Amino acid sequence: MIINHFFPQFMHKDTGGKLLLSLLALITIIVVTFNFLVAESSAWHMPTYMVTLLGKYLCLALLAIALDLVWGYCGILSLGHAAFFALGGYAMGMYLMRQIGDRGVYGNPELPDFMVFLNWSELPWYWYGFESFAFTALMILLVPGLLAYVFGWMTFRSRVTGVYLSIMTQALTYALMLAFFRNEMGLGGNNGLTDFKDILGFSLQSDGTRIVIFSLSALALAMGYIASRFIVESKLGKTVVAIRDAELRTRFIGYKVENFKLWIFVFSAMLAGVAGALYVPQVGIINPGEFSPLNSIELAIWVAIGGRGTLFGAVIGALLVNYAKTYFTGALPEFWLFALGTLFIVSTLYLPKGIVGLFERFQNKTSENKLEEKTA
Amino acid sequence: MKFISLKKNLSLHLLYLILSMIFVSNVNAKNIVSIDASEQSTDVTQSSHAQLEKLIPQLQVKNFKKKIASVKQLADIKNPQNITILEALLDSRLYYQKADKSVVIIQKKDNQYEIFSPLDNSKIGLVEKKTIKKITTNNKLRKTIRTLLAQKKVSHTDLIIRQAALKEILTSSDASLLPVLQQAKTNESDDSQKELLTLAIALIEVDSKDRSTRLSAIKILGNSVFPRAKGKLEQVLMTNEQGSFIEQDKDIIKASQKALKRIDSKLSLFSNLETLFFGLSLGSVLLLAAIGLSITFGVMGVINMAHGELIMLGAYTTYLVQQAMPNDIGLSLIVAIPAAFIVSGLFGIAIERGVIRHLYGRPLETLLATFGISLLLQQMVRTLISAQNVPVITPSWLSGSLVFNPAFAITYNRIYIFFFALMVFASLMLILKKTSLGLQVRAVAQNRSMATAMGIKTQWVDSLTFGLGSGVAGVAGVALSQLTNVGPNLGQAYIIDSFMVVVFGGVENLWGTLVAAMTLGITNKFLEPWAGAVMSKIIVLIFLIIFIQKRPNGLFPQKGRSSGGH
Repeated sequence: MIINHFFPQFMHKDTGGKLLLSLLALITIIVVTFNFLVAESSAWHMPTYMVTLLGKYLCLALLAIALDLVWGYCGILSLGHAAFFALGGYAMGMYLMRQIGDRGVYGNPELPDFMVFLNWSELPWYWYGFESFAFTALMILLVPGLLAYVFGWMTFRSRVTGVYLSIMTQALTYALMLAFFRNEMGLGGNNGLTDFKDILGFSLQSDGTRIVIFSLSALALAMGYIASRFIVESKLGKTVVAIRDAELRTRFIGYKVENFKLWIFVFSAMLAGVAGALYVPQVGIINPGEFSPLNSIELAIWVAIGGRGTLFGAVIGALLVNYAKTYFTGALPEFWLFALGTLFIVSTLYLPKGIVGLFERFQNKTSENKLEEKTA
Repeated sequence: MKFISLKKNLSLHLLYLILSMIFVSNVNAKNIVSIDASEQSTDVTQSSHAQLEKLIPQLQVKNFKKKIASVKQLADIKNPQNITILEALLDSRLYYQKADKSVVIIQKKDNQYEIFSPLDNSKIGLVEKKTIKKITTNNKLRKTIRTLLAQKKVSHTDLIIRQAALKEILTSSDASLLPVLQQAKTNESDDSQKELLTLAIALIEVDSKDRSTRLSAIKILGNSVFPRAKGKLEQVLMTNEQGSFIEQDKDIIKASQKALKRIDSKLSLFSNLETLFFGLSLGSVLLLAAIGLSITFGVMGVINMAHGELIMLGAYTTYLVQQAMPNDIGLSLIVAIPAAFIVSGLFGIAIERGVIRHLYGRPLETLLATFGISLLLQQMVRTLISAQNVPVITPSWLSGSLVFNPAFAITYNRIYIFFFALMVFASLMLILKKTSLGLQVRAVAQNRSMATAMGIKTQWVDSLTFGLGSGVAGVAGVALSQLTNVGPNLGQAYIIDSFMVVVFGGVENLWGTLVAAMTLGITNKFLEPWAGAVMSKIIVLIFLIIFIQKRPNGLFPQKGRSSGGH
């Protein structure tokens, strides 16, 4: 196949992934063309809000991949993945806050508006360094990664598994939400961080910046996908799947199960952090609501709907559910929670392998039919 | 069917609860009756009435000296009506009609004034503002009236009026009342009233000229936990800008410091007691919320994320029962308990039959599916009832508080919920340990396939267990409706806490749940004063996360082969 020349070796059998990446490239080209190159007056022009919306979806899809990596391949249902997402988002938000400089309402060159409002006299120590983009980029990876490392190190070592682990992660994100709601935390309290002006000197309001951030989101999703695929196809990935299917047996064979789990958990948390960091400049706000346990559980349902343990299934699920959410909350706001609730029940009862599984079942049937025709 | 016979035990408890509630409401009713009786029993002699009639017109003279004289005369009359008149004069509600110069008591009503006869409080009619004129007072007159009123009230025959009067005097101790108080103290027969009078006198005598009087007054203040006593001592110990005491007498300073120390140690003891009680009451709320979960999660191994919503349904059932019987709010709460049990229990059985049954052995999927159910239930309540919080009325026997002393009081609703939680706990214990259903539940929990082999209908047991756990959640909702706002999000606030309690206490262990709930409640409340409400919650959560790492099976781990295998 010619198309295989464009993909690395480990992706040659991954039809879904190849399709996904090709589509992603196509969408990016379409968006750039129709938003940026076609004149605004033209009927073919793509409005910028749509670009931002698509960019948001792509970030959420990256988050879904992060969860699929730990849940689908390692069997750890983390109900606190939105916490890593939000931490990445907060790191980016802090950078963007520092970029406002003296253009805030109070015009203080050093302190963000909410600190002036709270009568703080100087910047807390943990805000140091966030005026530099390189430092911020490091933090986007390091903060969620470190939290995942500490939490995972304690949890996996003491062999907390299954629903216990899920509840623990949920408690973690809940505790973080409560903490970030406090004004004393120095991160904007209830209102979070908002009112961003520009990034690396480019105005966040301009179409050009938005297109670039969108393209970066698409690139991040593609890179995240390829990296995740590389991991699951590697020897490490095979071990992780073995842990998912028979943890005790893997341990008895001689693998240090907790190290594998920890590795994949930390990587996944970093991926979630990147998704959050790209999400924040597009929506223009980050607040403690992102930590809410509901978000993390919703995330699990994207993955479940799309199909666990496939990576591209997670992307499909994230895009579909979020599109449905945007549609229903606009058209039938009352209906959305009914729809989401039903989705949870239906997908767990009738779609154990998600949409991807449904598609595969259909494909298997047709190939079986073909086989029967041939033998007949 | 033994299950049903032992349910009687539960209903016996309920009966006990109902009886105790009726008893309390009766006591309240008696108090009210006694007030009425005392007011009526005061005999109004003909002569005092005549005196009253003679004196009232004299109140409208312009000369304040004469006015004071007639006020004093008025106070001497042995007729309870004079208190009403003096109070009206003090509050500027005593007027005279311009037409016939007759004195009236007024009450503002919309733009007009209702007027009452000062002789017997009977209503005369409704008049315009311009037809009446106020009887003026000056500072001296008001002071005289205040003293006279205090004097009359602290030596009133009715204890309740005496208590109220003294309470007022204690909030604003007025040095001129000293002789009045001393007089009242010698005549006082009630012990607690006498104590308060001593305190009131001491509060005034601290500022007297005589040194030994001051010292003894300070000693008395040191024995009291009244906020005013502390304030007065701090006032004595005030320092000037250089930091040295304004008070010159060293003995007085020493005595005051000693007394203040005494008060502080007493206050801290009471505040600790109060915190302990708050902790117990939070613990009982947690226990109520978690105990149903302890059955479904602990015994059946099912993660029910809709547990919070089953609590919410119980709270809404309370609301609906109150709507159905608006005239019997006191009774409605009692009715709501079985109603909520049935409503939430049926919902629970439906959830088990419809969804959870198909997901046994897949705990993560169960978690997601039940979360979906919780969303459905929330939205159902929003659509069918309202997205806003609904008002649930607190019956009279639950409001008010048990006052031990000015520094320590406990609200009745928290006392009731504490005992209610313990009762629910005991009933569940009985059901699990003493009924055949309980036996079957425990058998299925320990070894499902062996239980099936022994002829236990495991599916039927599963449904009933789930119904029982859900029903208890509903009962918890009834209790919570008295403490927090009832809205569609009520359940979400409790779900994580409940899970923490169950996990902390150890799965399949109701005693563990009890200990865990109380420990977490008390810890939380003791952290609150120095960490703040939110921070203490965060600290408790982090502590729990770390605790689970150390002891993954909770405080009281489950024994046996099945533990740790999943």
